[in-house]
Amino acid sequence: MLRILAAVVALAAGGLWVAKGANCGWTKTNIPHQTPDPVTGLTGINYEKGFVPGVDFLAGAALAAGVLSGGSLAVKNTNAGNRT
Amino acid sequence: MRTQWIPILLLPALAVPAPAAPETFDFKDPKGVNAIMFKLDAPLEAISGSASGITGTVTFDPQNPGATTGKIVIASATMTVPNATQTGHMRSSQWLDVEKNPEITFEAKALKNVKTIGDKTTADVAGTFTVHGVSKEMTIPVELSYLKDKLGERLGGNQKGDLLVLRSSFSIKRSDFNIMPGQMENKVSDTIGLTVGIVGASGK
Repeated sequence: MLRILAAVVALAAGGLWVAKGANCGWTKTNIPHQTPDPVTGLTGINYEKGFVPGVDFLAGAALAAGVLSGGSLAVKNTNAGNRT
Repeated sequence: MRTQWIPILLLPALAVPAPAAPETFDFKDPKGVNAIMFKLDAPLEAISGSASGITGTVTFDPQNPGATTGKIVIASATMTVPNATQTGHMRSSQWLDVEKNPEITFEAKALKNVKTIGDKTTADVAGTFTVHGVSKEMTIPVELSYLKDKLGERLGGNQKGDLLVLRSSFSIKRSDFNIMPGQMENKVSDTIGLTVGIVGASGK
């Protein structure tokens, strides 16, 4: 069960990362939007709340999946020990 | 007979336009376009962000651009990068300490190497740059664009006035301003690139 959960976590995180553009930098939670100003030729920057997962998000998901997998092994070893 | 010539002789003087007076431009932008971008090298990706809380005034005379003076103020708490955690770290007491140092300022004292072609003036501006409570004398390259009677067009109303666009690109070292000097340089570069693109308005 824990291994299945670990796989779900890893696949979901990887799928979300790819769907949001496979950002190879840090996770973005403030998304910059450019605002052109034709009279002056300047371009303003406004930030909007958003979520673009980065490699730190993938690393966190991998860690969580690893903990769940490790937990499943620990449970399996405990059960094997109880049977003997 | 001679007195009849006096008004005729004065006519050319009436045709000469009055010399332009220095104008004071306010850089608090109602459209929220004014921003200063910054960029630092870092291992995973360059840290890029911007500061939007720009205020200050510049006094500029189109007939004598070399006499320009002024002060630009940046609210340090408006400095933002796309990652919220990094933004919090940047503003914290460990780095910029925005609570103790709410403003970043540049005060222009003198212009050198002034060149004007049409409405564009380039110059090296000597002044005092203050970051993190530390002031340093610096000379930075600046381009000033004087846009006469463009205020109404920009704001979309009947306001009359002129615009002054200020552009500059230069770099500083965070260690010069006591921002974690000599620390974490493998993760956050000591050199910070700054790109300025701001506009001030002078109403009539």
